Amino acid sequence: MGVDLTSPPPPGTLPDPDFLRDINSEVSDKGFLVTSTEELFQWARTGSLWWMTFGLACCAVEMIQVNMPRYDMERFGAAPRASPRQSDVMIVAGTLCNKMAPALRRVYDQMSEPRYVISMGSCANGGGYYHYSYSVVRGCDRIVPVDIYVPGCPPTAEALLYGVMQLQRKIRRAGTIER
Amino acid sequence: MASPAPVMASNEGMIDAVNSALGASVVAIVDAVGEISVTVEREALAEALLKLRDTPGLEYQQLMEIAGVDYPERPERFEVCYHLLSLTRNHRIRVKVTTDEETPVPSVTDIWPVAGWLEREVFDLYGVLFAGNPDLRRILTDYGFRGHPFRKDFPLTGYVEMRYSEEHKRVIYEPVKLAQDFRTFDFMSPWEGAEYILPGDEKAQGEAPGAPTPLKADEIKGGNAPPKGEEAAATPKTTEDTDDTGAGEKANKKAAEKSDEPDVPGGDKDG
Repeated sequence: MGVDLTSPPPPGTLPDPDFLRDINSEVSDKGFLVTSTEELFQWARTGSLWWMTFGLACCAVEMIQVNMPRYDMERFGAAPRASPRQSDVMIVAGTLCNKMAPALRRVYDQMSEPRYVISMGSCANGGGYYHYSYSVVRGCDRIVPVDIYVPGCPPTAEALLYGVMQLQRKIRRAGTIER
Repeated sequence: MASPAPVMASNEGMIDAVNSALGASVVAIVDAVGEISVTVEREALAEALLKLRDTPGLEYQQLMEIAGVDYPERPERFEVCYHLLSLTRNHRIRVKVTTDEETPVPSVTDIWPVAGWLEREVFDLYGVLFAGNPDLRRILTDYGFRGHPFRKDFPLTGYVEMRYSEEHKRVIYEPVKLAQDFRTFDFMSPWEGAEYILPGDEKAQGEAPGAPTPLKADEIKGGNAPPKGEEAAATPKTTEDTDDTGAGEKANKKAAEKSDEPDVPGGDKDG
């Protein structure tokens, strides 16, 4: 998985006009559109990735930054939630200590399906700087299944935003009703 | 550059004052890198700290920190350091006692309630016991943690690591399995110079206060030492007339100046 850079569209490329004309004529002729429920659900999921804040260390500052007006993650329908029961994605931002791990797992278990996890920063990805410590979990994927790893120490706000976009891409590719 | 901010009070005469206040309970007293450290008898600790707090001329009202140190080669391997601050005299002092794994240190929670958590921290990380602490539990490490991680004989990686077990439906501890062992690097090249100092050894030669640096204390300008020579000129705190404020004639002249730049929308020079 990754971005396909082999044939980038030239700058100024407009969306396929035939596609738009088809949709337009369908709506004006019949008054409704037909699509598969699967595609509809995927569209809805990618457009409302409400995320559970799990700021554990300095990465949390970049996670806050990506929500502030400059990067404004709500453009993508990603809004911070304080409760796991309202969230679709958990961003694990920072060092996960042994003492915190049961709490992280409990929060993950309380999220409703379908749920996704973004692991943000070196410490959450694999222990990072604290890999050899006696008190740090060597990667949050030992505790919860991770969908997207964002590298960096800490990752920039752009990197996290890119990670969220990659998650949307992943949902579009692999999303099913039953996950 | 000397700062107008208040500097620490001088150490001059403090050793004599502390010696006369504490009397026979003093084991050793040194003034190193601008800091005074007193080693006292373990049994006389609470009494000594009370005297340091209450004696006029000493007045160390606050307990800032309790730190543990481990010297495995000594018969009494642990040192417990109490860092005191006098707000009225703007001076700090360090009081040390030694102990081993079994002998408890008298608790100072009766003198400073904050010592409760600080002693718990030293107990958690070093295993030093404190007699009289009403709540001597672990404070930082995980529930059910075994061992005292800051002891020199505790391995860096510990003995167990954590993962989530689908089988048990909870996080479990397992013996540590590392994909790659921890590697220690020394950044000194033995063939680029005869002098080969192991990292950390430079601290034994009298280090400057603050961040670790290979420079000696007297090679660093400023530092925390009281400045020698003239005091910095104090910034006036009051404004007696308009000359001190920039108002009046100066402001009138500035206001009369014409700007020769046209007004460009969005062309803010400050931006």
